[in-house]
Formats: sequence, C-alpha cells, structure tokens
Amino acid sequence: MLKIKTTDRYDITTLRSFMTNILSLLAALVVISIIFLIAGVNPIFAISEIFSGSFGSFYGIKETITKAIPLILIGAGLTLAFRAKFWNIGAEGQMLMGAIFATWTGLTFGEALPSYIIVPLIFLAGFIGGGLWGIIPAILKIKYSINEVISTLMLNYICAEFLMMLIVGPWKGKTRFGFPGTNNLPDSAILGLIPGSRIHYATLILAIICAIVLSVVIYKTRFGYETRVVGENPDAGKYAGINFLKTSLILMAISGGLAGFAGVGEVAGIHHYLGYPASISSGYGFTAIIVAWLAKLNPLYTVLSGIFFAGILVGGDAIQISLGLPAATVQIVNGTLLIFLIMGDYFLNHKITLQFSKK
Amino acid sequence: MKAISKSFHGIHANQDINLFVESGEILGLLGENGAGKTTLMNILYGLYQPDSGQIKINDRTIRINNPVESINHGIGMVHQHFMLVQNHSVIENIALGYKDTPFFFPKIKIKDKVEQFSKQFDFHIDITKKIWQLSAGEQQRVEIIKALLNGADLLILDEPTSVLTPLEIKELISILREMKAKGHMIIFISHKLDEIMDICDRVLVLQKGRIVGNADTKDTDKKSLARMMVGRDVVFTTTREKLTKGKKNLSVENINVIGDKGLLAVKNISFELFKNEIFGIAGVSGNGQRELAEAITGIRPIFSGKVKMNGKDITNKSPRHIYDKGVSHVPEERIRFGIAPGLFLYDNAILKQHHLKKFSQRYFLKYNQIKNHTKTIINKFKVSTHSINNQIRNLSGGNIQKLILGREISEQPQLLVASHPTYGLDVGATEFLRKHLLELRKQGSAVLLFSEDLEEIFELCDRVAVIFDGELMAILDSDDQRFSDIGLMMAGSIRIDSMGKKEC
Repeated sequence: MLKIKTTDRYDITTLRSFMTNILSLLAALVVISIIFLIAGVNPIFAISEIFSGSFGSFYGIKETITKAIPLILIGAGLTLAFRAKFWNIGAEGQMLMGAIFATWTGLTFGEALPSYIIVPLIFLAGFIGGGLWGIIPAILKIKYSINEVISTLMLNYICAEFLMMLIVGPWKGKTRFGFPGTNNLPDSAILGLIPGSRIHYATLILAIICAIVLSVVIYKTRFGYETRVVGENPDAGKYAGINFLKTSLILMAISGGLAGFAGVGEVAGIHHYLGYPASISSGYGFTAIIVAWLAKLNPLYTVLSGIFFAGILVGGDAIQISLGLPAATVQIVNGTLLIFLIMGDYFLNHKITLQFSKK
Repeated sequence: MKAISKSFHGIHANQDINLFVESGEILGLLGENGAGKTTLMNILYGLYQPDSGQIKINDRTIRINNPVESINHGIGMVHQHFMLVQNHSVIENIALGYKDTPFFFPKIKIKDKVEQFSKQFDFHIDITKKIWQLSAGEQQRVEIIKALLNGADLLILDEPTSVLTPLEIKELISILREMKAKGHMIIFISHKLDEIMDICDRVLVLQKGRIVGNADTKDTDKKSLARMMVGRDVVFTTTREKLTKGKKNLSVENINVIGDKGLLAVKNISFELFKNEIFGIAGVSGNGQRELAEAITGIRPIFSGKVKMNGKDITNKSPRHIYDKGVSHVPEERIRFGIAPGLFLYDNAILKQHHLKKFSQRYFLKYNQIKNHTKTIINKFKVSTHSINNQIRNLSGGNIQKLILGREISEQPQLLVASHPTYGLDVGATEFLRKHLLELRKQGSAVLLFSEDLEEIFELCDRVAVIFDGELMAILDSDDQRFSDIGLMMAGSIRIDSMGKKEC
C-alpha cells in the first residue's frame, strides 16, 4: 500500500521558492494543453502563439507593456493588502471608481488648466476615488466584522453599475451620438504616448515607482511592519497594541488608490473618455490578484509578473483571432495558472514523502 | 523499544534509545524541553516513524504505522491537550474512539462497559454530561477510560498533572496505582520531580535525545535526578532577600470582566501591587487568570471597575497606551498572542516595542538597532537559533518563550504581568527566569505572577492571592500561617474573607 505523508518544511530557500513557481507554471501549462486539445487545437502551437503574439513581435511587446501598466499598479497595491491577509477582491471596482473621479476632474477643470497641473490633478482624483472605494470594506470589516471577500467583490458590481448609470444618464456626452459614454477629455488632460505605441509613459513610470516605494514601505517602515504582524497573526497584533482600524484604512486606501491610478491611466491614456466598464477594465482587477500572487506578495516583483500576465492577455487576444478560440480561453489560462501557483505554495511549505508498506 | 533514533532536519531528537516497561510498572520519563520525550512517545503511538530501531511487544517485533495500529497493539495515549469533542457528552466521546462501536445506537452497547470500568477504577463521572461541563480532571478520566476500553495494556500519559488541582492530582495518582495493581503498564511523562518520585517505580532521564539516566525511584533522590536532567547541579531554592515594599504601583478596583463564553470570568476582583514586590495569583488554569491578565494589559475590555497604574487610570485604554505606562505582559497563550510566526526573529523581538524611539523614527524602523537588540536578547536568554534571520516558527516552544520573556523583561518594565512564565520551561531555564524576576523586584519593579505551580509561588512571591472561579479566595502574606491551605483554596473549598474568617 502506498502512503503519502506530509510534514512542514522549514528550509525554504529563494531558489526553492523560485523553482516551485517555475514548476507550478509548467504543470499549469500541461493542464492548459489538455484544454486546448479538447478544443481541438494543437496545444504546442497555441501556447507558442500566445507567447509569440505577446513577446514575439515589436507590436506585441508594445501592447504587452501597455497592458502591464494597470496590472503592475493594481498588483503592487494588492500585495500590501494580501500581506495583511486583507483579501481585496475589489480592485476592479476601485479601478473604475478611480476612472470616474479622474473623468469628472478632467471634464470639469481640464479646459481651464495646463497639462502640468491637470495631469497630476486627475491622478490625485483617481487615487482618492479608488482609495475611498477601498476603505469602505475596511471599515465594514473592522467595525462590523463583515467578510471583506464578500464586500469587496460586491462593491465591484455596485461600482460598475454606478458607472453605467453615469454614462447613460447625467454624464452622457453630446459627441457620442447617443451611445453611452462621456465626452472626450480635453487635450490637456490626455496622457502622452510613446510614439507609435499605446504606452502612456507617465503611468508606466508611476507604476514602477509605486512598486519600488511599496516594497520599501512593506519591509522598512513601521506601517509595513504592523501590516505584516497583523497578517501573520492578528492576535499578536492586538497584543502589540496595533490599531487595526488605522492600519486597515491606510492599507486599503493605498491598495485602492493604486487601482485608482490604473483607472486614470486607462481613461486618460487609452480611451480618452469614460465608456462601458468592461471596455475600461478587461478584468485587470482580477488578473492582478494572480500578478500579486506570482510576485510572492513582493511589490517589486509585480513589475515582472505584471509583464508576464500582460503577455498572456495580449497573446490570448492573438490566438482568439488566429485560432478562432472563444474569448474565455484567456480566463481559463489565467485561472489555471492561479490554481497551480497556489497549489505550488502548498508544496513549498510542506514536504511530501511516499511510503510503501506491505499491508 | 530498542535503539530508537529519529532526527528532524539533521537534528537528533532521539538517539539510540532503549526503553522497556514490564507489566505492573509505572515508568517515569523525565527530561528538559526538547529532550525528546514527546518525540519518543509519538513514535510509540505511531505518529512518527523511527529512522532506525525496533519496537517489540512480548518479544515480537512490530511496526506501528499509525495510532490505530498502536491501539490494536494495546497502547493508549492521553495527550497533554485532550482530544475530546466539547459539545458531545462523555458517552458519545467514548463511543467515537471505540473500535467496536456499532453503527446504529452506539451508546446503548457501550454504556454498560463504561460503567463497569468506572466502578472498577473508582472514576466518578456522569456519562451523560457534556465535555465542556467537566473539569480538567474529569476530562482526563474520560481520556483514560477511552484508552482502557480499547484494551490498552500500556498507557502513556503526557504531562498529565499540568492541568489539575492538587486534589485532582491525588485522585489521578490513586487511579494510576489501581491500574498498576491490575497489571497495566504506565509511562508517565513529566518534568515535575516530586511527582516522578511519588508515582513511578523507575525513571528514565532524557537529555538531548539520549538516555542519560535510568534509576529506580527508591534508589535515587530529587537532586540527583535534576542533575541528570540538566547535566549540572541546580540550586533549588532561589533566595528571596527581604525588601521593604515601595510605593503603590498598580491598583485594581472591583473589576468585572466577561470571558469568551459571554459569562463573567472575573468577578469583582480588587488588589493592590507595590514596588519591590512579587504578587502571586495562584489557581488552576481557567479560573479567570487569563481574562484578568488580558483586562489589565488592555487586550480584553473591562466591564466595570477601575485599573490604575501609578495613580493614573488605565481602564480600557489601548494595549499600547498601557505598555507605555510601563506595563509589560508575558501572555498565557504565547504562540497565539506573543509572536508572528512567519516573521523573522528580529521582527518578533520588538513586537510591542516597535513604536519606541529606540527602534523607530516616525516612519522608518531602525533595523540596525533592532538586530543588535535581538542579538542581546538571544545571548542573554540563551535562545538557541542558528541566526536571527530565521522565521520564529522554526524555533521550539521553549525557545520562543525565552525570546518573549527576554523581550518583555529587557525594557525594565515598572510592572510585569507574567502568566505562567515557567510553564513548559526546563529546570535550567526556570531557575534563570526566576532569578530575573527577583532581579526585577530588586530594581523596584512589581511583578504580577500568575502560576499554578505552588513551589514557584512559595519561592518567589511576597504576597499571594488565590483565584477560583473568577473570584479571589484570599490574599495572604508569604509568612501567613494559612499558607498551607492554598491547595484547598485553589479547589474552591475554603475561602478567607478580609476579616480573616474561614468559610467553607
């Protein structure tokens, strides 16, 4: 009889942790291949299409970086929340709220102000919008013990519907010929692009700065220390006299605020107006959860994992066109990757031994 | 058991251990923390597999792969923490662990058997009661019945007395003697020397995974056992020099605190604490000590009453505010409250102090100072670890405890609230810690010491209060005549009111 025994593993090295991630990704690719086979597509061809679509051409790389911007921003913010074991599933809504605040600011003050004032202003507005939407579940959790997974998830829908209401109702633009959506932002509020691409460099730089600053915050500051203690053991946090409400409010304001930045980038850099929720964010808030996880909750690594997942999004678009696969394919790929990454964590923290016994 | 070895991560937990028990014998297993007692017993109980060595029963070599097989071989174990379902009745719990329990109507079949056993060994248990209604001693008896019912010839008891009142310990001892007379074998794990001397026929001493002593209890004495256990002489009586008590430090006025179950856990307790004083609160665990300690240190809200520190009101202030007023706290549930397991040693070494100027600026932590501070604690309190860049969950319980103690004592608190500070520590570490507590006292601090170890209370405290069911049964000076009644007070059978009268 074969028996499986698990024991805790204590000697977790960086190399082992890295290799576990790689193996998890490979294992996920095997399962994804099976799914492709079922769909009647040559998996090797499909997977190579994904990566050649995203990293194999100049156009692909440009698109990948464009999509990496929101993923890095949101992912970095999520690492902070997840460190405190605050399961923020609401980045999607926080991002949209950021976009709403930014659009309002841009439309209201944009005409009158020069670029160097209005651009920082819309970013600030986006941060405030996302942050406010982020602290609601924090208050609900600490004051009324309402599970944050439920509240953040539900606030996504509330925000998306609120946005819909705005763009078909009071904010509907005259230039949209009856289609839902606001007017275009004034030129001064529109972010510059790297020529020949859709990369709004201001947001890209902001994303990288945020990732760096956040890693300093988590590992070097008092606030980061308190966040980690609360996440590791809330009872110890209580014992240590950490103010849970304050800590949760700050971390969710930051986590939501960064998602808000991402919303600003999408509106002011790509679309130039507030349209359907699904067009502003193609699920970035959810994909970023995987980004944060693959980065091992280290904000600095979200730069890499963000680019990786942006590649899968772009490549997924490519195979949709070239292989005629449904749009949901990419989500299947992402979901499979996340499940395997989480399972990989289990194998990282536990040692599995097989035993043979005669009986 | 023959030549048993087991190692974890290259550390030998057990090395070449030979152990035998004869029927009708009580074998004591003595050793410091991490000496390998529990590992050895877990091997016998089938929870671990030995790396090498053999286990024989009646000269037949056997292999024990899991607890079920171990039970079939007639081995029963009563763990330190009981494995009972709290909301089920006694009989249901017994049926749950019994191998021949029928699928339908399990209780009926077992009832007779249980009653027969209870009579035989003089257990007094109402089998229809729910587990949570029972005292620790009664729960332990349920565990023993469970093991006996499964035909255990060999019963392993892991630190069985740690949760019992003195009276209950006496009852347990008489049960064990009865079992011995009926030919059962018992392995009794403890680090309390008195009990070992009292109960056991023979004692094995473990040190760092090896057997270092094997003696009949009638041929040896406490002192030599202690020496074997630690590997050197242990001074038993720490001398407490006379100090005149200083100014009033802490005063607790008529506080009531609600416990986890929503009932009053601390009932109208008042006492005062002075500088240069160690004030003991004796009592069996679960009589409101934890709630009282948590209320004073701000973790648990106070329902009514007042707590003052140096005359300033600290009732229901935040834990940090209270810490800043000079109150340190060694919590009872150290793993639950005292550490963040996944963080490094140096992160944990400043758990309550990270906001102090020494370790932190307004935003940034001063990691250099923090690491130095950690090294100081580790050296001073002999925490064994290969590095301070080690996650604290990799440390043994005793070492974690030393780090917490070091952390709480190192800042020279004005008041140290210490809950069972030596619980689970070995003799050497206990001695060291007690010296430190006396040192704190000498330097003008006050110590509020919660303990169920009467030896410790007698040794350290200037005054003692006895807590039972959330109430103080008495407050006595250490030279009080009635000190000998503490055991009875802990069991709630005597109470001395402020006029000095006894009530029963």
